[in-house]
Amino acid sequence: MMNTAGFPLLSLITWLPLVGCVVIMCVRGDEETVASNARWTALWTTLIVLALSLVLWVKFDPREAGFQFNESIAWLPHYRIAYKMGVDGISVLFVLLSTVLTPICILASWETIQTKVREYMMSFLILETMMAGMFCATDFVVFYMFFEAVLIPMYLIIGVWGGPRRVYAAVKFFLFTLTGSVLMLLALIAMWLHAGTTDISVLMETRFPVSMQTWLFFALFASFAVKVPMWPVHTWLPDAHVEAPTAGSVILAGVLLKMGAYGFVRFSIPMLPDAAQAYAPLIYTLSIVAVIYTSFVALAQEDMKKLIAYSSVAHMGVVTIGLFTFNEQGIQGALFQMLSHGIVSGALFLIVGVVYDRIHSREIAHYSGLADRMPAYALVFMVFTMASVGLPGTAGFVGEFLVIVGALQVNFWLALLGGLGMILGAVYMLYLYRRVIFGTITHANLRHILDLSPREWAVFAPLIVLTLWMGVYPSSFTTFFDESVAAMVRHHHAAIASTVKLAQGMPGVLN
Amino acid sequence: MNWTLALPEIVLACLGMAILIFGVLRKQESTQHATMLTIGAFLIVGFLIATRQTGFAFHGQFVADAFATFNKELVLLGGSLALILSLDWNRSQGIARFEYPVLVLFATVGMLVMVSASNLMTLYLGLELQSLALYVLAAFARDNLRSAEAGLKYFVLSGLASGLLLYGVSLVYGFSGTMDFQALHAALMKPAAAPTGLIVGVVFVLVGLAFKVSAVPFHMWTPDVYEGAPTPVTVFFATAPKVAAMALLLRVMGTSFAELVPAWQLLVVLMSIGSMVLGALAAIGQTNIKRLMAYSSIGHMGYALIGLAVGTSDGVRGVLVYMVVYVLMTAGTFACILAMKRDGRPVEQISDLSGLGTNDPGLALALSVFMFSLAGIPLMAGFFAKLYIFLAAVKSGLWTLAIIGVLASVIGAFYYIRIIKVMYFDPPAAAFDRRPPALSFVVAATGLFTAFFFLFPAPVVDAAELASRVLFR
Repeated sequence: MMNTAGFPLLSLITWLPLVGCVVIMCVRGDEETVASNARWTALWTTLIVLALSLVLWVKFDPREAGFQFNESIAWLPHYRIAYKMGVDGISVLFVLLSTVLTPICILASWETIQTKVREYMMSFLILETMMAGMFCATDFVVFYMFFEAVLIPMYLIIGVWGGPRRVYAAVKFFLFTLTGSVLMLLALIAMWLHAGTTDISVLMETRFPVSMQTWLFFALFASFAVKVPMWPVHTWLPDAHVEAPTAGSVILAGVLLKMGAYGFVRFSIPMLPDAAQAYAPLIYTLSIVAVIYTSFVALAQEDMKKLIAYSSVAHMGVVTIGLFTFNEQGIQGALFQMLSHGIVSGALFLIVGVVYDRIHSREIAHYSGLADRMPAYALVFMVFTMASVGLPGTAGFVGEFLVIVGALQVNFWLALLGGLGMILGAVYMLYLYRRVIFGTITHANLRHILDLSPREWAVFAPLIVLTLWMGVYPSSFTTFFDESVAAMVRHHHAAIASTVKLAQGMPGVLN
Repeated sequence: MNWTLALPEIVLACLGMAILIFGVLRKQESTQHATMLTIGAFLIVGFLIATRQTGFAFHGQFVADAFATFNKELVLLGGSLALILSLDWNRSQGIARFEYPVLVLFATVGMLVMVSASNLMTLYLGLELQSLALYVLAAFARDNLRSAEAGLKYFVLSGLASGLLLYGVSLVYGFSGTMDFQALHAALMKPAAAPTGLIVGVVFVLVGLAFKVSAVPFHMWTPDVYEGAPTPVTVFFATAPKVAAMALLLRVMGTSFAELVPAWQLLVVLMSIGSMVLGALAAIGQTNIKRLMAYSSIGHMGYALIGLAVGTSDGVRGVLVYMVVYVLMTAGTFACILAMKRDGRPVEQISDLSGLGTNDPGLALALSVFMFSLAGIPLMAGFFAKLYIFLAAVKSGLWTLAIIGVLASVIGAFYYIRIIKVMYFDPPAAAFDRRPPALSFVVAATGLFTAFFFLFPAPVVDAAELASRVLFR
């Protein structure tokens, strides 16, 4: 039970939002009082959680490859399932990503959400619990519970506070993700029965028979590919993004998409090395299609949110390429890209939210010449456009660059086609920026549009700082996962080598 | 004789007669008291069951073991919840008669006998005692056409099923020479030598019992009876008899015919697949929430049957955990349905729930917990129920069943989350009447169990583990 922090830090980070939830539930009074109390309680709760996760950031020992801050409580001893928490270099930064983005989301919804504020804030706090818990879990069953439970608050957030087609989008989101998840459940049970435990660190050391790995790989793939989302199962994403309220989109793009990629890096690659190696070409193909196809689709969009949603699919394609290169640069680049995409795409959705709050339109054609009336907004938009494009010095560059370096070691064409995403990204993002920000104001209601308010500055400032920090001095982030990734890559190659050896020693055994 | 093992049943039957006399003598306004007394009787019997020893009574016709104790307590729990929920409803609908709790009580006696049956004769005795009381209950609102129809329909179809069961019993007896479960088990140690006539008998027994748990293709009565019967009766139908019939099915298949698993496994697999798929698909088109719950219960019985199809004590454990969770979340859902009243008149359309999230946040929250749980979304109890079932299925290599099961659960999730959609996403309709405190109590208790089962799963799972060791030895 004891760990480096001296107290159950990860459980505290995970469950504290629920305490805030209970507090909000107890608030009594008229609607205005409840709303205001709910907002402040949610903000303070998430800020305290953020502070706690900064303790994690400071106390985390990056030289250690394994899990740290471990906690373990017996839960179902007969089945050798325990409530186990721990973070390693791969997961620690995603816990931080979740805890950073949640208060920003609360702040971003401060004025835009006026109906059912109490329920809205509760949904976000529950969502934070589920996200943090998922990244902290070191037991597969616990992971699965958090992974799937995320659906509940997100379904409500899209469906209650979303746009006109919200019901369709919410149900589609729910069913797509659930279908993948239940197949993962079967894989989970099969792995559990084979290994006798669901402890992730034990499962990583377990060698599953090669024929079994294939099935397990595809069952897990069904779940994670939907979540990432990979082409062709990405169709829920544009709908969900367009209909979700701004903060919902931020969390969706910022954290929920990362859950799929995190699943690959935590389960598919280390636990099923042979299948991962064998089916890497499939992943490459799907990723390249995603990068190129969705970039073109993004170019054709008339709706700003939809454009950014498609760009997310393209960027996540780069992530999956990186993960399946199985070398340090590729995986590091993928992890870095996940973090930077979490910040940057989240920020881009917030940017759309700013003008949507004022004009209530997301049509690109509706906007032009905003630079005139909103110089500060134009500046912020510029920073994140550049980061999304992957300009050196911003967060977007480091990840994509590393992934391309990693991909080059695998195959020249993989690197070339994957790298096309950067060029196409520049095309659609700059095109978007030009249409919205430059030119002359054509619509009457844009003439009196107001620039960023102090609250909005408070929302964007931390994101800008992070984007530039990640771009200028990426080492302060990569040091966290250096060791873990190196260990993972070593583990992978050792596993592959042993399979090859086995196959040579005993021909026919592995079929 | 060892008759003290059957003391709980004897005591309950005597108390039932005492309550009947009490009701007759008091005549007016005795329903409330009779109901309270019945719940009291359930509590006493529940205590007696918990403190009983194990063993055989009446020359092996009656068995008391961990499995029986587990299921009896669950039956009593379901019966008590149904009674609590009936209190205010029956009064407001003008069907408050003291016979109601007495009938529930006698049906429960029948179920307790079913659960403890160790002989095909005892089995039939318990089943018929239960069924007779249930026929009357289904038609309890006798001035209501739909209720009378439900009663008649249930009577005819259930009578048919009883006939099939009895025919099966006679075949089994004719070809093996015994009706005792233990003796049958011993006689069938060499499954290959089992005569075909006996296998046919087993199939008939299985069919008769499948009717009682409303598994496809013997489910036809369920939607009509669920819809037509007064809602508190539907609660009762959906909980206690299902537990008893499932326990009986497990007992018969897990003791006397345990060695014949290969002979009946395919049949159970097909029933299970049929129930899951039909439960998921047919519910999509429903507009009446009671009908929807009927299809939902068909689907859930399909999942529970996976545990039987596996034919191991792991499977039995899964079924038992499933039944506990199923009883509580179903009772909770029906408590929410009972709260659906406008101007004293019950409403049953799903669209009547429109905007409940605004009108009554507490009730809407509880109902969404139940819906997510029925859909099997994690952190809710329903997920764990499915987890143990699928665990057993995968362990035995029944992959087809497991894959169809999880996919059916996704289809099922569609209509469960549609109810949440109606409550939260749709514009508010007129508010419901104030709900009686008893209803709020049941909703809160079952809701808390469903939502927080994940914190303390061990007691239920351990008890189920203990109970399941008795079967498929």
